[in-house]
Amino acid sequence: MTRSSAPGGERLELRLADHKPLYSEAQARVEAERCLYCHDAPCTVACPTGIDVATFIRKIATGNVRGSARTILTANLMGYSCARVCPVEVLCAGACVYNHLGREPIQIGRLQRYAVETVMDRGGVPSLLPRKPANGRKVACVGAGPASLSCAGYLALEGFACVLYEKRALPGGLNATGVAPYKMHVEGALREVDLIRDLGVTIRSGVEIGREVTGEDLLRDNDGVFLGIGLGSDTRLGAPGEDGPGVAGAVAWIERMKTDSGFTLGEGRRAVVIGGGNTAIDAARELAHLGIREVTMLYRRTAEVMRGYAHEMAQARMEGVRLEERAVVRGFERDGQGRLRGVLLEDGRRLECDLALVAIGQASLREVARQFPGVEVDAEGCIVADPVTGRTGHPRVYAGGDARNGGKEVVNAAQEGKRAARAIAVQCGVSITRGSAIEAGHP
Amino acid sequence: MADLSINFAGIKSPNPFWLASGPPSNTGAQVLRAFDMGWGGAVWKTLGDPIVDTSSRFGALEVAGARMVGFNNIELITDRPLETNLREISEVKKRYPDRAVVVSLMVESKEDWREIIRRAEDTGCDGLELNFGCPHGMCERGMGSAVGQEPKALKEIARWAVESASIPVLVKLSPNVTDIVEPGLAAVEAGVHGLSLINTIKSFTGVDLDRFVPYPAVGLRSTNGGYCGPAVKPIALHMVAALAKEPGISVPISGVGGISTWRDAAEFIALGATSVQVCTAVMHHGFRIVEDMIDGLDLYLESKKMSSVNELRGRALSGFVDWGDLDLNYKVVAEVDPGLCIGCDLCYVACRDSAVACIHRAEEDLAAGHRAPTREAAVTAAAAKNAHIVWVDETECIGCNLCHHVCPVHGCITMKDVTGGAPFESWNDRILKGTAKVPGGLHG
Ligand SMILES: Cc1cc2nc3c(=O)[nH]c(=O)nc-3n(C[C@H](O)[C@H](O)[C@H](O)COP(=O)(O)OP(=O)(O)OC[C@H]3O[C@@H](n4cnc5c(N)ncnc54)[C@H](O)[C@@H]3O)c2cc1C
Ligand SMILES: Cc1cc2nc3c(=O)[nH]c(=O)nc-3n(C[C@H](O)[C@H](O)[C@H](O)COP(=O)(O)O)c2cc1C
Ligand code: SF4
Repeated sequence: MTRSSAPGGERLELRLADHKPLYSEAQARVEAERCLYCHDAPCTVACPTGIDVATFIRKIATGNVRGSARTILTANLMGYSCARVCPVEVLCAGACVYNHLGREPIQIGRLQRYAVETVMDRGGVPSLLPRKPANGRKVACVGAGPASLSCAGYLALEGFACVLYEKRALPGGLNATGVAPYKMHVEGALREVDLIRDLGVTIRSGVEIGREVTGEDLLRDNDGVFLGIGLGSDTRLGAPGEDGPGVAGAVAWIERMKTDSGFTLGEGRRAVVIGGGNTAIDAARELAHLGIREVTMLYRRTAEVMRGYAHEMAQARMEGVRLEERAVVRGFERDGQGRLRGVLLEDGRRLECDLALVAIGQASLREVARQFPGVEVDAEGCIVADPVTGRTGHPRVYAGGDARNGGKEVVNAAQEGKRAARAIAVQCGVSITRGSAIEAGHP
Repeated sequence: MADLSINFAGIKSPNPFWLASGPPSNTGAQVLRAFDMGWGGAVWKTLGDPIVDTSSRFGALEVAGARMVGFNNIELITDRPLETNLREISEVKKRYPDRAVVVSLMVESKEDWREIIRRAEDTGCDGLELNFGCPHGMCERGMGSAVGQEPKALKEIARWAVESASIPVLVKLSPNVTDIVEPGLAAVEAGVHGLSLINTIKSFTGVDLDRFVPYPAVGLRSTNGGYCGPAVKPIALHMVAALAKEPGISVPISGVGGISTWRDAAEFIALGATSVQVCTAVMHHGFRIVEDMIDGLDLYLESKKMSSVNELRGRALSGFVDWGDLDLNYKVVAEVDPGLCIGCDLCYVACRDSAVACIHRAEEDLAAGHRAPTREAAVTAAAAKNAHIVWVDETECIGCNLCHHVCPVHGCITMKDVTGGAPFESWNDRILKGTAKVPGGLHG
């Protein structure tokens, strides 16, 4: 079977080491035994996919690591990447009852990674998940990010033949091209892609829907189509001097830093990151880790109202990142040779820099939606779909993930993929039986 | 999935996990919920003439923040009317014909035993369990462990029961005896079809040092309770194994005492149990624990390439021998992983104060001619971590295992086999060869 491999060479991201390395068995047991095994546990309520957290942790404590991985993966097939990239501080671990006791919450993400990765290392995931025989139904998923991988994986377990079409050479979506390297390298994202492949899913990379293959082709050849296309390129600031070397969209820059082995930092010594969301914080932290001495975030309002997580911002500050509040960029300053020299703010302040990353959002991929008659996009650029089933205006087209929710987390994409998979199964007359993976977790 | 079903003296159960007689099996609603969650069977809370209970009635042992490591109760048998219990038992059995429903009984006279057995059987239950184990309250009234501790009385009452019953009769044994084999044999001689053990152990869980009353306290008084929970597992494991190994005991055994996980259950089964029963762990965490018990046992059997739980039964029994048959030439020595060692020195002080002082700190010297393969790595690690990284003088180590048990870092201290091909030789072998005498005794 084909395996995904990461681009060779000295990718910059490999310089950033794992912040939360894999637990040893002993570390995992000790942490698991700390779990109180709460009933109707708040961590499970807080998990968008509804993983039975207390149960998977108890299984680690009893030495049933395979069972633990099964508990995780049935509710969330993206349990591996989620364990590594989820903002657990505001999800499961943020809900841990130990917080009320003033004690450190359980390290749920690390335990989840331990269970899933241990079983993945032994190659034992596919045999763990109940799988039904082929049912002759076909589903195409557009994009190979977490939403599509989740949708296709669950459908494959229900007996569907699923093909994922990915326009990039690398599958995995933002898990491969976007998440911070100290959480997960490209290699990790690709391991998970292989896990989904092992469930019988086909992945066709380098195929763009709307180019090589059309929406019409997909509708003709499949019983259902799932749109997990994510978001488009970085939004531009539209300020004078933005075009030219030294200024880049943050998501595009992160993608090159993670995947392009020929990419270097150049002469950069001082960098600014414009924006106050998590992408801005990630980019700033990555620059700091890569050795850029002065990294300043420019945010137009104040820290209290930033969209980026407070825990991430606190971490960024510890790593030396500065935050300039009420900093509205008026333009970029360049020298005679066109090199970036600084940014000018509306209030007259001026900051020297030789690199500026713009992290103020991502555009919507409206054109892809237009490939499918009846599929609508709202004013914000989100594909309009039923929040429970993911069904769009076209009766056989479903959508989920960033493309539908406007940009949340991997775990939301995973849940939306699972929900769409359930709706597609029901629409195709496949009855969902008790104990099947697709019915696990939150409705 | 491995086949977890069992046949216990004709009592069939889809898995070996039964609720033990106690609070979790007190009512029909509870047992139904337990069956909904997957329990294979239940032994109903002991029936007899209803009693009155005290308040409070439980005590517990907490060890370093771990709650309910041991548990203790002074609860008696059921306090509910017999009719209510019997009606609910028959309802449960009708709703769940595939599960094992065993009714625990305790009465006094021969006539009462006859009568209660007849009425219990009318419910359609699968078996009866005679409670000869309760070590508090009931024994003062001549029942429970008062019977279990007296093999003659036990045999007589068990015989009445076997004669009256048309379904399998189990005897639940009390561990409050010198040798568990005696009451076990007495029960088998009476013709019972199975044994359950252990019931609880006489105990106090502590003393209130302000009010000067032991726990569990009922106001300013207390009475000894019955001990159970994780802390009693080692005792129960041995008693189950002792009976399973006994040639005179041919009936199936239901293992009870400190079982909380699939692993505990697997251990009881490996030492000869056919079914296992759980009380305290359910009281602590609820019926839901059975999901991991089933899942974990299944995946364990799969990893051992066993297709049925029956293949596991008794697998560890052949390893249980008399001391005199252990290999005296088998030798292990401790090895400290300098990379994992955190420098707490707990092993150092344990070996120094309770063994042979063969664990040394990095800076100490190695005696001439002695072996210590990890010493150099320990010196390097000690410098790197600025910590007391220790090493073992293998020449002096007696392989007692103490350091391994005190070490807080799992996997840091391992015991390395240095038998090096020395032939097997037991104490009994040495007696036969006449080489058993160890010099230095009373007679030189
Ligand atoms: C910089 C950054 C860091 C992030 N860090 C985290 C984090 O730490 N934790 C977290 O939980 N979330 C994080 N997120 C958010 C998370 O990555 C997304 O929510 C998630 O990846 C969304 O999944 P998706 O499948 O909907 O879309 P994506 O992951 O974007 O995948 C969509 C895929 O569709 C492909 N595609 C698009 N159009 C077509 C087409 N026409 N034909 C074929 N293929 C197409 C794209 O190439 C892409 O691979 C981060 C996001 C960014 C931008
Ligand atoms: C509160 C309580 C009540 C019990 N009541 C009974 C009983 O009525 N009949 C009986 O045979 N055993 C009774 N037991 C003993 C249990 O069935 C079991 O043998 C013992 O608790 C050991 O198992 P465990 O460690 O899983 O609790 C009781 C135990 C507890 C804790
Ligand atoms: S467990 Fe229930 S019955 Fe017992 S003391 Fe607490 S509240 Fe009362």
